[in-house]
Amino acid sequence: MSTDGNLSGKRFIVPIGPQHPALKEPGHFSFTVDGEIVTDASVRLGYAHRGIEKATESRNWTQSLYLLERICGICSHVHALAYCLGVEKLAGVEVPPRAQAIRVLVAELERIHSHFLWLGVAAHEAGFDTLFMYTWRDRETVMDILEALTGNRVNYSANVLGGVKFDVTPEIGDTIRRGLEFLEGRTHHYLEVVTTDQVFLQRTRGVGVMSLEQAETLGVVGPTARASGMIRDIRVEAPYAAYADYPVQPVLAEAGDLEARFIVRIKELFESYRIIRQILDTLPVGELQTRMPRRVKAGETVSRVEAPRGELFYFIKSNGTDNPERVKVRTPTLCNMASVLVTAVGHQLADMPMILAGIDPCFSCNDRTVIVADADGAAYTWEQIRHHGIAFYQGK
Amino acid sequence: MELGKVWNDVFDRVKTWARVNSPWVLHFNSGSCNGCDIEILATLTPRYDVERFGVKLEGSPRHADVLICTGPVTLQARDRLLRVYEQMPEPKFVIAVGSCAISGGAFQGCYNVVGHIDEVIPVDIYVPGCPPRPEAIIDGVAKLLSKLQTPAAARPVEETVI
Repeated sequence: MSTDGNLSGKRFIVPIGPQHPALKEPGHFSFTVDGEIVTDASVRLGYAHRGIEKATESRNWTQSLYLLERICGICSHVHALAYCLGVEKLAGVEVPPRAQAIRVLVAELERIHSHFLWLGVAAHEAGFDTLFMYTWRDRETVMDILEALTGNRVNYSANVLGGVKFDVTPEIGDTIRRGLEFLEGRTHHYLEVVTTDQVFLQRTRGVGVMSLEQAETLGVVGPTARASGMIRDIRVEAPYAAYADYPVQPVLAEAGDLEARFIVRIKELFESYRIIRQILDTLPVGELQTRMPRRVKAGETVSRVEAPRGELFYFIKSNGTDNPERVKVRTPTLCNMASVLVTAVGHQLADMPMILAGIDPCFSCNDRTVIVADADGAAYTWEQIRHHGIAFYQGK
Repeated sequence: MELGKVWNDVFDRVKTWARVNSPWVLHFNSGSCNGCDIEILATLTPRYDVERFGVKLEGSPRHADVLICTGPVTLQARDRLLRVYEQMPEPKFVIAVGSCAISGGAFQGCYNVVGHIDEVIPVDIYVPGCPPRPEAIIDGVAKLLSKLQTPAAARPVEETVI
């Protein structure tokens, strides 16, 4: 971390993370501030880098499925889906239409759970904890549905290579319909709250604006791009699984500010409800799985799916053996991260959590440390400051 | 001297009583997939509401009694985990949540993974699952609280003098 100008009195670097209160992933941000205004931002990622891509090379095709599902606990299904679609393409396997429809059903349920989760987290960043508690209470409805359907609340393991594991029975269909009815009513309420609550609007309207040109230059994906008026939705552009049979209407907004991102994500929920109901009404009859060949043919392929946060990209290469030769994953948050650093400039430090939450990673800023340079201008090394900290508290 | 010992005993009992009734919890993710983290967050929200037990999620390690850890420890997060642990005041307790935190789980043998939590810091309670249900996490917290009620079971505290 740079300490340039730390003591000049004009500029000050506020480091945030990797441990920060309440919320999930570790990530480190350095905001350079002049008074209250952020003049520069940088990010350091990689605290959760486990080496999964490399690990897939030492596991067979089936084991890799379960490993890749654990890249992210929030959107585990889309990771497994992208991987399965790619491997099935390589193996030349045709998946039954009923299985594809169930995959889309689970993907949309996952989108509902993820958007509710995000809505709560973003409200929490704004200091609106009431909304956080309400959305997470309502989110339990969709978690119950996912549990009834798949047997687990998170990491559902709905996919196997060549199909899905479970069927959707009429009884579960009724449970899902009842759940959606409740959630739809609540979603109308939340849309009203985020568009009319004056206090909340002061935190979102006109904050973190990203124009269409900026969005195109920065290459943002998913709801963040759609809030700036850019149609970037893999479900529409390159329908996969059963999305060709259940077309999606992309939800767009023009403003590009935080309010637009709230509106886009909440309106996407209605789209998800509609698709799920349509699938339940017209679920194709047939098998759930087809037989996979024992070996996956040599070759390489690309598979793209629309995760709740945007485009998820998989490159899969096979050399005809039991293990994949290479799996490359590009996740939507990485595409969107650059936009945070650009839109942060010129805003108050207090807006940073909201701007970060706007792209849907979840950060909050409470834990702050400052690395102080001594008189010679030499900063502490990590080890030194750790020992300093230990000695300091032992001396107390 | 006899009087001082009595006072120390009384003071210890008051501290234990206060600690059991309102443990402040710090959450640190050292490379988890988020699955456990969203379940920990879910335990704080109205359906499960772990605040019934006086548990409060705290942002700063300096104010926390209990560290809830998730995920295998990655090389980069290892130093941060150690530092967060060292910043917590004594006595401190650690709950490892999830299969990865207990054994490395699906990430065993990955090149950037040190291993499980107790290779880095001592762990008091293990909550298995991938991810554990919120009920299981609450059970883990409740087990820790009942463990704290017997002062002998708590790890020895160096400074007992008032």
